[in-house]
Amino acid sequence: MSKTITIDGKTIPFEDGQTIMDAAMTADIYIPHLCHQPEFTPHGSCKLCTVNVNGRNCTACTFPAMDGQEVLSETQELIDDRKKITQMLFVEGNHFCMSCEKTGNCQLQAVAYHLNMLDNHFPLFYPDRKVDASHAEVMIDHNRCIFCTLCVRASQQTDGKNVFALSGRGIHKHLIVNAESGLLKDTDVDVNDQAVHVCPTGAILVKRTGYQVPIGERIYDHQQIDQVALASERPKHGK
Amino acid sequence: MKQFIQGIVENNHQATPLLQMLRQIQSRFHYIPEEAIEQLSGLLNMPRTQIVSVIEFYSFFHLTPRGQYELLISDSITDHMLGKKDLLGYLENKLAVAVGKVRSDGLVSLNNTSCTGMCDQGPAGLVNGYALTHLDHSSIDKIAALINQQKPLSEWPSELFQVDDNIHKSGLLLNQQIEQGAALTAVLKRGIKETLAEIDTSGLRGRGGAGFKTAMKWQFCSEEQQTERYVVCNADEGEPGTFKDRVLLNSYADQVFEGMTVCATIIGAKQGFLYLRGEYLHLHDKLQNILQQRRRNGLLGINILDAGWSFDIEICLGAGAYICGEESALIESLEGKAGIPRNRPPYPVTQGYLGKPTVVNNVETFLAAAGIAVNGGNWFAGIGTEKSKGTKILSISGDCARPGIYEYPFGVTVQTILHDCGADDVLGVQVGGPSGMFISDQEFERKLAFEDLATGGSFIIFNTSRNILDMVHNFTHFFAHESCGFCTPCRVGTSLLQKQMDKIVDGHGSAGDVVVLEELCQLVKNYSHCGLGQTAANPILTTLERYPGLYQSRLKEISYEPGFDLDGALETARRMANRDDAGAHLAQIEVNEHE
Repeated sequence: MSKTITIDGKTIPFEDGQTIMDAAMTADIYIPHLCHQPEFTPHGSCKLCTVNVNGRNCTACTFPAMDGQEVLSETQELIDDRKKITQMLFVEGNHFCMSCEKTGNCQLQAVAYHLNMLDNHFPLFYPDRKVDASHAEVMIDHNRCIFCTLCVRASQQTDGKNVFALSGRGIHKHLIVNAESGLLKDTDVDVNDQAVHVCPTGAILVKRTGYQVPIGERIYDHQQIDQVALASERPKHGK
Repeated sequence: MKQFIQGIVENNHQATPLLQMLRQIQSRFHYIPEEAIEQLSGLLNMPRTQIVSVIEFYSFFHLTPRGQYELLISDSITDHMLGKKDLLGYLENKLAVAVGKVRSDGLVSLNNTSCTGMCDQGPAGLVNGYALTHLDHSSIDKIAALINQQKPLSEWPSELFQVDDNIHKSGLLLNQQIEQGAALTAVLKRGIKETLAEIDTSGLRGRGGAGFKTAMKWQFCSEEQQTERYVVCNADEGEPGTFKDRVLLNSYADQVFEGMTVCATIIGAKQGFLYLRGEYLHLHDKLQNILQQRRRNGLLGINILDAGWSFDIEICLGAGAYICGEESALIESLEGKAGIPRNRPPYPVTQGYLGKPTVVNNVETFLAAAGIAVNGGNWFAGIGTEKSKGTKILSISGDCARPGIYEYPFGVTVQTILHDCGADDVLGVQVGGPSGMFISDQEFERKLAFEDLATGGSFIIFNTSRNILDMVHNFTHFFAHESCGFCTPCRVGTSLLQKQMDKIVDGHGSAGDVVVLEELCQLVKNYSHCGLGQTAANPILTTLERYPGLYQSRLKEISYEPGFDLDGALETARRMANRDDAGAHLAQIEVNEHE
């Protein structure tokens, strides 16, 4: 008999080596997440995928599934708190969806809608962050970075480069690029790198492509993020 | 510079040397120059981003020049209680340099730093990493003169750097200096398995505060499949108000090293590390000498005591990051990286340093283990309580006649401690440092033990002249400053706590603000990645529980006040419109007739 865990009372199977996130996605159960993408080493930093495992909070994307675990995910408390964690990400940076070219394709925005986030709740930080438009084809808008490290991991693990890294401590955390000038144009980034396309927000963008797909026809304009994530990520959640 | 850095790299044979190299560069140039980053990147074959991220993580590394004399003043609440604020102002004046700045001639820079572990002899500071104690106007006059004359530190009078042990009460561990090698001889005689059994009998639990059973940790590590294993002594005591490890390493280091070696024989490790917090640089040479002496005496190195054991210990200095006291962050730091706690599982006993099984224990744990190896488990287990065996060494500071080191059997009441150290008129005690809890004068019958008041050893006393909110304010800022920034709830949450606390303490809080504060505390506590975040709200939560009225009394009689400075936000607009009349200003709140 195969090993199983329960998520919100539903029994699902898993294979050794799978995380709770792997098991959940394979069983068509969505757990909100931003810093996790199945093709990269799990990071566990955004904390949106926090679930309660046998009474303890853990991140589903990093915590191994073990036989008999009772996992709670869609409790009112967890839903409310995931919303607040999302609100934290919003107030920490400068996120203005209405003027952002990523609107409709943005996972941060889509998760916020999914969690029924209607305001910022917390006071805004209004940090003074820069835009790096130095590169001919790719730009970084640091105002929108949520420090998920997906670009860092994609650059290392898929592109075989080291274009991005996180630096600094605490609230001063920031994204840096691998060039003495600190500018993207002086790195070996290429517009076709996966690192350029993996950003869940509008922090890393390909220039002159922002409005090729009109607003209203974008990924999350007609589908919720749970449906999109299950359809696109589920096949990649193997072991 | 090129030659200097080339030399550093060539002379360094550590597996993961980056942190120690950056320490040397910072010490020589008072910052990490761009050329150094480029050169290191080439020599170490490491992306420059990795080097920059380490530099920007640790408080003692800088990308822009600091003064030739880098002066840092400890910002612990105990330093404040000893008049730190006034001293800082005096220093600014004397040295003609503002806090956070470098003087225009580049000679001196001044800044705050987190607790330097001198709470029993503050106000304290650091000059180029070396501890300064008992700062007052007269010592500052001397320091300012020495700096202005550009005297090298080696020519400064030694009393400026005088660090006392201040041991006021000794017990089981501090009374008995075991002879060098005695614990290892005992292991040889008794047997390795039998020694682990004695440690098990002793009931020894980790002294860092978490209290995991030491014998169990060592046993788990020894049973791992990987045979390359490591022993790490956590001497990164950054918890404000803790300084016992400073004293243990100053006066009992041999025994601590011996405890590490006992552990190495049990788990089968060949290499150990003492991770020494950067603030204790003054102990570094002394400790190196003791290691050297132990090597000469056949107690470290190859074939220890002719028993076929091989083990050596290396000292790694930290660079100003409280988070590195967390064991997996400490391991990351040992590996030359930013101290960001790892995801667990796997735990360090299975995958620690370089991914190999690693035991990380507190200084005091190794000290106790050496004693137990000599005297047997019952010697230790006969003292203390059912669940907390043995003694605990406390660092006592704050409002009392005799701050310093006290060793007590577990189960001692707060009342007894307060009596012994000469504390009168006590309002409350912060037990276990900012990450611990504040107890009020109604709770002095409580006991220090894992089952009641668990503590890593910090014990800060506040008398009735103190304001609890000042303390909470200081602690909350501390956590925001020390958050590693990895996870959202701690990175953003500790900063939000700081903002919300400032708002209330500064008298801008309104009706709902305490509720908002408490809700935020729960969020940070329940969702943070590691112990830092999970305890960062404790100062607020434990005082809010005991003194709700205190918070309420700071609130205004209005229903809402904006969380930001309304008038300040208009400054840019005023400048652009070239206006400064009354109509171009806004009041922070609507003037209320009933107020």
